[in-house]
Amino acid sequence: MAGISSPRPCGDYRTSYKSDMTIFPSRNSLYAAIGGLFLLLAFPMIGNDYHLSLLIQIGYYSIAAIGLNILVGFTGQISLGHGAFFGFGAIFSAYLNNATGIPVFFTIPLAGFATAAVGLIFGIPAARIKGLYLAIATLASQFILEDFYARANWFSGGSSGSLAEIVNFLGIELDTDQKYFYLVLFWLVVSLIAAANLIRTRDGRALVAVRDHYLSAEIMGINLTKYRILSFGISSAFAGIGGALYGHYLGFVSVEGFTLGLSISFLAMIIIGGLGSVMGSVLGAIFITLLPEFTEIMADIVLPESIADGKAYVKEMSVGAAIVLFLIFEPEGLAHRWKLIKAYWKLYPFSY
Amino acid sequence: MDKNTNVLLQAQDISLRFGGVHALSNVSYDIKKGEIFSIIGPNGAGKTSMLNCISGRYTPTSGEILLNGKSLKGYSVNDRAGLGIGRTFQNLALFGHMSVLDNIMVGRHHQLKNNFMNGMFYWVGGAQKEEIIERRKVEDIIDFLEIQHVRNKPAGELSYGLRKRVELARAVAQSPQIILLDEPMAGMNLEEKEDMARYIIDLNQELGMTIVMIEHDMGVVIDISDRVMVLDFGRQIALGLPEEVMQNEHVKKAYLGEEDDYIRELEEDDAEVMS
Ligand SMILES: Nc1ncnc2c1ncn2[C@@H]1O[C@H](COP(=O)(O)OP(=O)(O)OP(=O)(O)O)[C@@H](O)[C@H]1O
Ligand SMILES: [Mg+2]
Repeated sequence: MAGISSPRPCGDYRTSYKSDMTIFPSRNSLYAAIGGLFLLLAFPMIGNDYHLSLLIQIGYYSIAAIGLNILVGFTGQISLGHGAFFGFGAIFSAYLNNATGIPVFFTIPLAGFATAAVGLIFGIPAARIKGLYLAIATLASQFILEDFYARANWFSGGSSGSLAEIVNFLGIELDTDQKYFYLVLFWLVVSLIAAANLIRTRDGRALVAVRDHYLSAEIMGINLTKYRILSFGISSAFAGIGGALYGHYLGFVSVEGFTLGLSISFLAMIIIGGLGSVMGSVLGAIFITLLPEFTEIMADIVLPESIADGKAYVKEMSVGAAIVLFLIFEPEGLAHRWKLIKAYWKLYPFSY
Repeated sequence: MDKNTNVLLQAQDISLRFGGVHALSNVSYDIKKGEIFSIIGPNGAGKTSMLNCISGRYTPTSGEILLNGKSLKGYSVNDRAGLGIGRTFQNLALFGHMSVLDNIMVGRHHQLKNNFMNGMFYWVGGAQKEEIIERRKVEDIIDFLEIQHVRNKPAGELSYGLRKRVELARAVAQSPQIILLDEPMAGMNLEEKEDMARYIIDLNQELGMTIVMIEHDMGVVIDISDRVMVLDFGRQIALGLPEEVMQNEHVKKAYLGEEDDYIRELEEDDAEVMS
């Protein structure tokens, strides 16, 4: 998590505070981001369906991971219940649309608000407890919510699940991956911008201050209780939107999808991607989504036909091994490596 | 009660006990607007505890502290920033992973209005405008304390002396009426100490801040303080002009660690009261 000072290349002078307070550290990185966005916009026209569905997955997982990173990476609190909040967004959006007829296009952000409210409630223990104790409290919230989904038939459809309508945007049914991709991309960009903005303004700084030194944060006028709980609310809002996008993508929400395992996956994403880095959340979501696909391909190539039965086994194990190796050799996450690479190229050829 | 409008802070009969430890015993004093008030005393005398009572970390077992004639009772630590109390810590207490700039911006927390909602929508809703205005003020403080060269560095990577200076900058950013400095020069070399003393005098004279300072370096204390209070084992053993205090018998003894009849009598009185 240690910061790296990021020198700017010569010629990139700042003449006002406004231009020194941008999200992107240099003009080139802004151009790169815009270029990347255009590539993504063009992707449905060039990529195949399989790749597109992977990108959509990465999209909604990234949104939820950004939220978890605000809670864990920025505020320094742990949550083992993020998967359940993700589920709340999915179920709530489907439920609200089915029950009231509010278009899905609007129930997705509304699911963000509703999940934020749920997050605030389950975040209340954070006012009093920290560390492992908080981890256990959030574990309890995971189980309470899971149990609620399983029992509340009116809300979740119970064990049979419930249908999640197709999104309709200004008369266009987003019924193919090609079209749905743009909706996910839109929310991902909104989430990235919102998180980056949060972190450079008052309340975002307060969250980091609470993480780094809560005693002096308090002296600076920061209400610890408020920000510890608020962090759960903000984090859950992202989980809710990500979850809603997931639900309407599958067209069906089922209670079984939102287990502790999912919560752990989200934690893995932000740890691998980089705690306290907005971009890192996305990198981590990419890693965790693509790793099983990658090991599958590798297993096909490397393993002889004769042990095809053991393949699934090898695949699972190599996912685990990759994560462990990653934590050992890249403990600060992908975002850190990314910064080092950028710092290297920016000053090339005077890198030393 | 003292009706003197020149008095900024009054401590009335402050006692603080931790189980059997008397960290503070019946300490009373006034701090005048615009003065540099130093608290000295041997290790464990209760100096930091005194500041903690003012900033709200500790609640006195008995006694009361008034700021501008108003009791601080019932105000939480974070509320007191808004009342105009700023402080630095004896042990470094910066936000290590944040840049120097952001550390100082956190100092302005209670004076900013933008929140997570309009913060997320930076460009609409006024957050950007406010952040820029505040940034300008923070840059003034950075210039004042001459830390321009490290403004974008993570605070945790700075040298000890610089970190102390950034902590002072962050406390100044709180725009406090009264600023509490807990050993601002501890562990510094002579040159750094001189710089720090200069900054403290400038804060006092140019920005009109009232300063309460705990410091072990007697030379500095005598040079820059308007008045000095001496604590020993939680008791106030002297209070007055620096030269007066240095001549005080009890102070000399407290510092030389000699047996002091006066103190022992006080302790015996105390024991009688307790029994
Ligand atoms: N939170 C606490 N719990 C128990 N005892 C405490 C606590 N804080 C302070 N004390 C005790 O109160 C006494 C005064 O401590 P304090 O830190 O105020 O001394 P000090 O004058 O600042 O010393 P130093 O010069 O070493 O910083 C000490 O005996 C200390 O052990
Ligand atoms: Mg002390």
